[in-house]
Amino acid sequence: MQEHNPQDIHQIGPSDELKLEIVRRGSGPPLLLMPGEDGLERDAPFLDELAKFYEVIIPSPPGFGRSSRPDWITGPDDIAYMMLDVVDELGLKNVPVVGFSFGGWIAAEMATKDDGFISKLVLVDPYGIKTGKPTEREIQDVWLLSPDEVTALKWHDAAKGKRDFKSMPEDKLTIVARDRETFARFGWEPYLHNPKLKHRLHRIKVPTLLIWGEHDGIVTPKYGEAYRKLIPGARLAVVPQAGHLPHIEQPQAFLTELKRFLD
Amino acid sequence: MRAWHFTEMPYPHIPPFDELKNTRVTIPNRLFDPKIGADLYNRYLDEHCIADELGLDIMLNEHHSSASCIDSCVPLPAAILARQTKNARILILGNPIANRGEPVRIAEEMAMIDCISRGRLDVGFVRGVPTEINPANSNPTMTNERLWEGIDLAMRAWTTHDGPFNYEGRFWHKRAVNIWPRPYQQPHPPVWITGSSDRENVRKVARHGFTFATFLQPHENTRSLFDEYRKHYVDAGVPHQGGTAFLPLVFTADSDSEAEAGAQELLWYIRSNKTEPQFKNPPGYASIALNVMALQGKFGGRTEAVRAQGLDYMMEQGILIAGTPDKVAARIRKFYDQVGGFDHLMMMQQAGHLDHRRTVRSMTLFAKEVYPRIKDLPPTVAPKAAAEPALAK
Repeated sequence: MQEHNPQDIHQIGPSDELKLEIVRRGSGPPLLLMPGEDGLERDAPFLDELAKFYEVIIPSPPGFGRSSRPDWITGPDDIAYMMLDVVDELGLKNVPVVGFSFGGWIAAEMATKDDGFISKLVLVDPYGIKTGKPTEREIQDVWLLSPDEVTALKWHDAAKGKRDFKSMPEDKLTIVARDRETFARFGWEPYLHNPKLKHRLHRIKVPTLLIWGEHDGIVTPKYGEAYRKLIPGARLAVVPQAGHLPHIEQPQAFLTELKRFLD
Repeated sequence: MRAWHFTEMPYPHIPPFDELKNTRVTIPNRLFDPKIGADLYNRYLDEHCIADELGLDIMLNEHHSSASCIDSCVPLPAAILARQTKNARILILGNPIANRGEPVRIAEEMAMIDCISRGRLDVGFVRGVPTEINPANSNPTMTNERLWEGIDLAMRAWTTHDGPFNYEGRFWHKRAVNIWPRPYQQPHPPVWITGSSDRENVRKVARHGFTFATFLQPHENTRSLFDEYRKHYVDAGVPHQGGTAFLPLVFTADSDSEAEAGAQELLWYIRSNKTEPQFKNPPGYASIALNVMALQGKFGGRTEAVRAQGLDYMMEQGILIAGTPDKVAARIRKFYDQVGGFDHLMMMQQAGHLDHRRTVRSMTLFAKEVYPRIKDLPPTVAPKAAAEPALAK
């Protein structure tokens, strides 16, 4: 696991209450990566490969990683505006944006507000919309199901989802515990979606690819298809033998889809 | 020392616990037979009326989606008992203000019950246990923050008498708060808050001069919480308010063997608390430090810890008090000394399948033979005498 560098902490916006951890990997043209709620991306093998071609910029959203969490930020809508400040401060222009799961939701929110800085948008098994009836469970309830049930839905091969918390140092566990708390704070209600987002997705004008794990049981490829239809010109690529985190379970197949789209 | 009769109003006619994943949150209500439920509600209310006749005070609580407690709307029995009882103080412990929201509505309900009972209401506000998060669909984070903002708003509603005020807080926005009626007791009914480990919460309760209550805790823990409270207590000058309260399971019997049998029945309450991990510890309900311990496998919840210990431990610690009147009185006096004194004994005298006859026998023995021997235990803080309501200027 990568060590913490104090230089990774950046004040965002006019107040010092918002300090984000922003790490960079590799060299090349910049690519903005919005991590998922489990924060697994920074230490994942696919990132080493991506870092050969890009300078990958990974901000931890408020309350995740070592980023602060001001009270006024209550959900992805706020996070998206705040992330646009990050884009401004880093002077990012014409960059690819890749978002995973909760980070995919934030990337979609950002793109509906301002996609002028985005060259291409990639959303990997994102949350964020609800298109069905009130009683339809489109996004499986990760807080109502048991941890074992969630693991079974989330992973094609549940063994890949095992994490050894008992041997993890306390400062890393503190981040895991805080990440989980923050995810619930921002995703509890409305449950992992913003009712307004589906009415805003048409504003995304940049080329968009949705990458989906074929066996994602939390948000299924059918949900991905509904998402795709709401973004003009978007394409959906399904990665076989993968669940909610195709970039972790099938890094090669994931990278093939990603590179084909970005190149 | 004041003594309060309490039952969670259980619905015990459910399948064996090993056939159920959860006794709360997901247990389907097809298992609730409304005819049996009707009998149970009326029986539990009868027992509260008997408590009143026996000179005991009354405590009520609220849970949701649970067979352990079918009192899902605590102002309702409180309002019924405000009419049907004569002397008992009626304690709601408590209003789940952090989960339910609606602090102004709660302030109105409490003010009405206070008026109907002519000033016999004690009002608890609680953060709510973790299993309440899903039934309420309240965010599992910020529960303490919502609790205290809710209390602030409810108390402003009780104590503002000059027409509407506005409130734009972090969680609640109200335009024209102006409740009718105002509470009978002045400046407001006594306020109680519960706690189990959070020291900062205990200090906050003490600094407001509210009554502090804790449930089913080993006596060493209880003492450290009560010591912390007493160290920081500030008298707010509210009649009946202030001091410490403890809730054990209590069964008083004519013989040791009957006491033992009754104690076993009360343990249904502990045994019935069966839920899956996602309901015991929703994300962000407990502190990050506790969740780090949970990830390390070192923390599984306080109720779990007590449950794992068994009957002897619970008797030894004062979590369960059962015996003949002599023994119960002696145990309570000993507990009083062990915790540096306390002011309110809240007694779960009914749980599970413990039937009406045996419940009332235990209550009666307590009221007639135990209560007179512990009533003289002095208060640990000095509450003001009840005052007549003053008219608002």
